[in-house]
Amino acid sequence: MEVNTRVRALEFLIQQKGLTGVLETVPTYSSLLVYYDPRVVAYDALCASIAELAPQATTAVLPPARTIELPCCYDDPELGFDLEAAAKRLALSTDELVGLHAGAEYLVYFIGFTPGLPYMMGMPERINIPRLDTPRTKTPPGSVGIGGIQCCIYSVESPGGFWILGRTPLALYAPDAAEPTLLRPGDRVRFRRIDRAEFDSISAAVPHGRTGR
Amino acid sequence: MIRILDPGPQTTVQDLGRTGQMRYGIPPSGPMDRFAFVVANRLVGNADGAAALECTLVGPRFDVDAPGAMAVTGADMPLTVNGEEALRWATIALKAGDVVKLGPARTGVRSYIAVAGGVDVPLVLGSRATYIRGRLGGVEGRALRKGDALRVVPSGVARPRRVERRAIPDYAGESAIRVVLGPQADRFTDAGIRALLGGPYEVLPQSDRMGARLRGSRVEHARGHDIISDGIALGSIQVPGDGQPIVLLVDRQSTGGYTKVATVCSCDVGRVGQARPGQSLRFQAVGVTEAHRLLRESDAVLEAAVREETA
Repeated sequence: MEVNTRVRALEFLIQQKGLTGVLETVPTYSSLLVYYDPRVVAYDALCASIAELAPQATTAVLPPARTIELPCCYDDPELGFDLEAAAKRLALSTDELVGLHAGAEYLVYFIGFTPGLPYMMGMPERINIPRLDTPRTKTPPGSVGIGGIQCCIYSVESPGGFWILGRTPLALYAPDAAEPTLLRPGDRVRFRRIDRAEFDSISAAVPHGRTGR
Repeated sequence: MIRILDPGPQTTVQDLGRTGQMRYGIPPSGPMDRFAFVVANRLVGNADGAAALECTLVGPRFDVDAPGAMAVTGADMPLTVNGEEALRWATIALKAGDVVKLGPARTGVRSYIAVAGGVDVPLVLGSRATYIRGRLGGVEGRALRKGDALRVVPSGVARPRRVERRAIPDYAGESAIRVVLGPQADRFTDAGIRALLGGPYEVLPQSDRMGARLRGSRVEHARGHDIISDGIALGSIQVPGDGQPIVLLVDRQSTGGYTKVATVCSCDVGRVGQARPGQSLRFQAVGVTEAHRLLRESDAVLEAAVREETA
């Protein structure tokens, strides 16, 4: 967590200072990818400017985190198709597993792999679980899964090895929305347990499954 | 207006791509061969980043409903206007009703069709580039279909220009693709690095705008092929457990958990994008300073490529 905070703080400082020649940045768990134009700034000079900022890269410089609440329907085997199996594997009741999962607050370390897909930490240790032995080839968007020490939400239909506990009716990636991705690096995420009726009504009511970013 | 009569296997609207979105997992997209794309725009008097068409292996057939100028660059696709052969890498004047057709590529994979003014599609996150997997940009985030009608931004008369024959890239050429080793070159054995730089590597048919999949001598890992996920640069050469490299390109995933042995120099990324399935690539390692010198050299080639026609 400490390293990732410093990564995001360094990214914030680089953006804030508007370092010459920097084109864009991609934070991940423990590294920051900096795209730059070598016609505008030399490699050594840019490295020196970044090294100068690095010591200031701490939680203190980061703007306050947003907290995003994601409704999630756990109570329908059609949506949370691995809930029972995961509970069995963890020797918990499905209710206990949902309680532990929905009771935690997650931190978005970074967004990556597919548009809008959050890499989140903060899962209770009790529900750490090895990834699926055989990854499935298709997981529907919005599926909320756990694997290892991570919680993941699929943003587009993709293959994957996470145990799917439920599904959010909100679109993490909506290409037609003004801001296509719902989450940003550094966001705090909480899940709110909803039933199938509420899942269906949110899915039907919100354009792009989105209430705003 | 450009009316698509036959789209070809994959024709998309592209500009120079979107920036600042990779931190949200959205790749830049844009042309696979930046040199050919920019040259096409310059030939019709457009800004370098005006939206144009990228076609793949076989070009489209389309007609236009107004006079204008067009240029076709990139892969060697036979070009006809109303059935008459026309010159590639040069400005072509079109009349209302002209029918343009690009045939199957003889060398290279991707051709670019620029029209004076540029193709008019909405800006999405600051760009008109199409990202098919993410259904974003271009025309409804997809490849063009029969019956699509594209508006063209009005423009003045384009002066005739052309590219000197010697400035036209040889896409069948076998000169080495320059790479800078890293960021995880230390995760490979010396033999693995030697294999990569010894080559050749054959381009596989599964290659696409996301990445070029290669087959050749195994690039052997010293210890494990998994890393803690980090960012993936344009041209990153990722090597999964099977030791077969994948060069990641304009529609790449923004982050990934496989080791990356090297990065293709920006000036050579377009040649990877133009390599046909079955074609062989060889890699040569250079340092960062040399990579930047090569970039300036390729900038100079681009600056000199387009000449005004002298009667």
